[in-house]
Amino acid sequence: MIGLPEIIAGVVAVALNAYVLTGGADFGGGVWDLFASGVRRERQRELIADSIAPIWEANHVWLIVVVVVLFTGFPSAFSMLGTVLHIPLTIMVIGIVLRGSAFVFRSYGPYGRNRWGRAFAIASVITPLLLGTIIGSVATGAVADATDKIGGAGSFTEVFVAPWAGPFPAAIGLFALALFAFLAATYLTLDAPDEELREDFRTRALAGAGAVFVCAALALLLAHSAAPRVAIGVVGALLIQASTATAAITAIAALWLRHYRLARIAAAAQVSLILWGWLIAQYPYLIPPALTIRDAAAPAVTLRLLAVGLAAGAVILLPSLQYLLRTFKTKRRA
Amino acid sequence: MLISNLMAARAQMALSLGFHIIFAEIGIAMPLLMVLAEWRWRRTGDAIYLQLARRWAKGTAILFAVGAVSGTVLSFELGLLWPSFMQLAGPVIGIPFALEGFAFFTEAIFLGVYLYGWDRVSSRAHMLAGLIVAVSGAASALFVVIVNAWMNTPAGVTVDGGRFIAIDPLAAMRNPSTFQQVVHMLLAAYASTGLAVAGIHAAVLLQQRGAHVLRRGAEPLGPRTSGAFHRHAMTVALTIGIPAALLQPISGDGSARAVARWQPVKLAAMESLVETQRGAPLHLVGLEIPRALSLLAFRDPDAEVRGLSAFPRDEWPPVAPVHVAFQVMVILGTLMALVCTWAALTLLRGREIADRRGLLGALALLTPAGFIATEAGWVVTEVGRQPWIIGGIMRTADAVTPMPGLAVPMIVFTLIYVGLAAVVAISIAWLVRETT
Repeated sequence: MIGLPEIIAGVVAVALNAYVLTGGADFGGGVWDLFASGVRRERQRELIADSIAPIWEANHVWLIVVVVVLFTGFPSAFSMLGTVLHIPLTIMVIGIVLRGSAFVFRSYGPYGRNRWGRAFAIASVITPLLLGTIIGSVATGAVADATDKIGGAGSFTEVFVAPWAGPFPAAIGLFALALFAFLAATYLTLDAPDEELREDFRTRALAGAGAVFVCAALALLLAHSAAPRVAIGVVGALLIQASTATAAITAIAALWLRHYRLARIAAAAQVSLILWGWLIAQYPYLIPPALTIRDAAAPAVTLRLLAVGLAAGAVILLPSLQYLLRTFKTKRRA
Repeated sequence: MLISNLMAARAQMALSLGFHIIFAEIGIAMPLLMVLAEWRWRRTGDAIYLQLARRWAKGTAILFAVGAVSGTVLSFELGLLWPSFMQLAGPVIGIPFALEGFAFFTEAIFLGVYLYGWDRVSSRAHMLAGLIVAVSGAASALFVVIVNAWMNTPAGVTVDGGRFIAIDPLAAMRNPSTFQQVVHMLLAAYASTGLAVAGIHAAVLLQQRGAHVLRRGAEPLGPRTSGAFHRHAMTVALTIGIPAALLQPISGDGSARAVARWQPVKLAAMESLVETQRGAPLHLVGLEIPRALSLLAFRDPDAEVRGLSAFPRDEWPPVAPVHVAFQVMVILGTLMALVCTWAALTLLRGREIADRRGLLGALALLTPAGFIATEAGWVVTEVGRQPWIIGGIMRTADAVTPMPGLAVPMIVFTLIYVGLAAVVAISIAWLVRETT
């Protein structure tokens, strides 16, 4: 049954999706900064910086929305994640801090672009790895199991390390990194000012698509033992699987044939479908197998107010976002 | 273990908030300064104002980004360090946090437009974008301070056996501390940032004067020579800083009375008053002003002020830091108000502040005063709330995460923040120097 808790959970999912498509691609840009190569190395870096500079902070706020709606609407889930996943969350937050600071210091600060550029690039790799690891560990059910051991039988390692330090969470970490890099390269083919740079990023996008395929295969392989529930769910949702495959093939074909607009849409669709595939496989659980959306939901009065607040916020937010994107998609006036 | 887990968590949270609060204040006030400078440019056609708006925009970009990421750290730390608190309080105080999320969104969106849209949007749209950044910055502060006010004086909840059996998030937002705390915080942001910017430029002006005097003998600089950039900068900054600094003591008085009424043990700690007494005196830097505390707190020189001994020992906040921090805040706030009165009188008599050496010196000396006063005020309200994380409802010790070894992240974040602070300081110094 779909009620207020499901709607609020849906908002969390939509915000996470928006974050992955926007903020995720900004991190992917940092990955390509690290792997910038060839004679156009510096021009590649400039293009990456120029295309994310005006929007990365707005994109970043989607993550804040995820966190805030999660702790308001599903406080026990937030509390459980914050406790068991303390270590990877802390490392991810450090990555976020270093990425953002290094990027502005590089743009506006007194020291060479190179030093801050390197810090920006490395932090851009760390953060998606950890984000994926966290999602992977939630999917295995280990977070919920570890929560039961707190204060009792569990050792430090069992409770605070084992849930995320395994091959499956690591594979999802790599998967997230590959997805973000793939998205970024695909977006950059459209932002590129000339053919040479466009070709550079077309090659990178195709390489990214290959990496996504390898990581997906690896994750699926490991999922059968690590997260059987999610694996069955993911494989079981045939419609989603078929759509994901269609989007993936379309993205690769469009890149191959240099239809960049189509490639961008298909890539975004592919990444979104992968995310929703996971979410639907987990449904109705927020943190399987312990907390369902209903178990974790805040009292109805909070959910109602939150829904009103989110609706009011969206009325301001959506036109503003559209204005931002339109402003930086058009050519300069002067 | 050298330091308990609870102390490490508190230290990490205090450090994170203490770091973020400076950038938050700047993020609230700086956009207003840059919009004012741009507006002056459009009104007067004086290109120096444009140069100023662009320079301030660059500084704001750095400071806002560091503020944004340090704010992100805080939103995660709520769960990383205080999961039981968030589990209990999330449904009550989540609404203002969600609204803050949207305010932050509009801030980030229109800052992007402002910083990168100089040649992409119309001049009217550009100024409006800056104004939206300034307004959403203030709105963010409003929502976040509402949460803090609720932690001090919780409302809108019915407690039974440590659980909330009924909640009213709207009533929680209208708790008794909200109004005073929000006003005090916003004025602090404008006063601290306005006077810090004015102070930096006053210092450069003084230095230029000094150099000039050394080079050419005693003749002082004329009003229209090379210091125009810094003079303009100082003037715009003071148009924000002076009114805020003059209003702040009034707001402080209101805050103190609200604390006296709703958080008597915090007031006792602020004044380190042990015994309950009628006609209680006020202690300020060793001076004792008879009956002043009773008068200030309750508008009656003979009113009874409850001392610490009227409360159970395990509900006392750490008295010494609260008492010292309160003194520091009051002294610095008073100095800021006095120097601002001096500056306001100078301006009202049609004199140039830049020609007044003493006033320039005083402004330069007060550069960090607002931020130090803010930190002190934050210590008063936060340490003064201890041992509670939610006043009278949940103890901080019961809210901390079971995760052991919290000293490690505490040390890591300390190193990161020290490093960031150093780089930010160097970058801003470099931006200020670029023209001179």
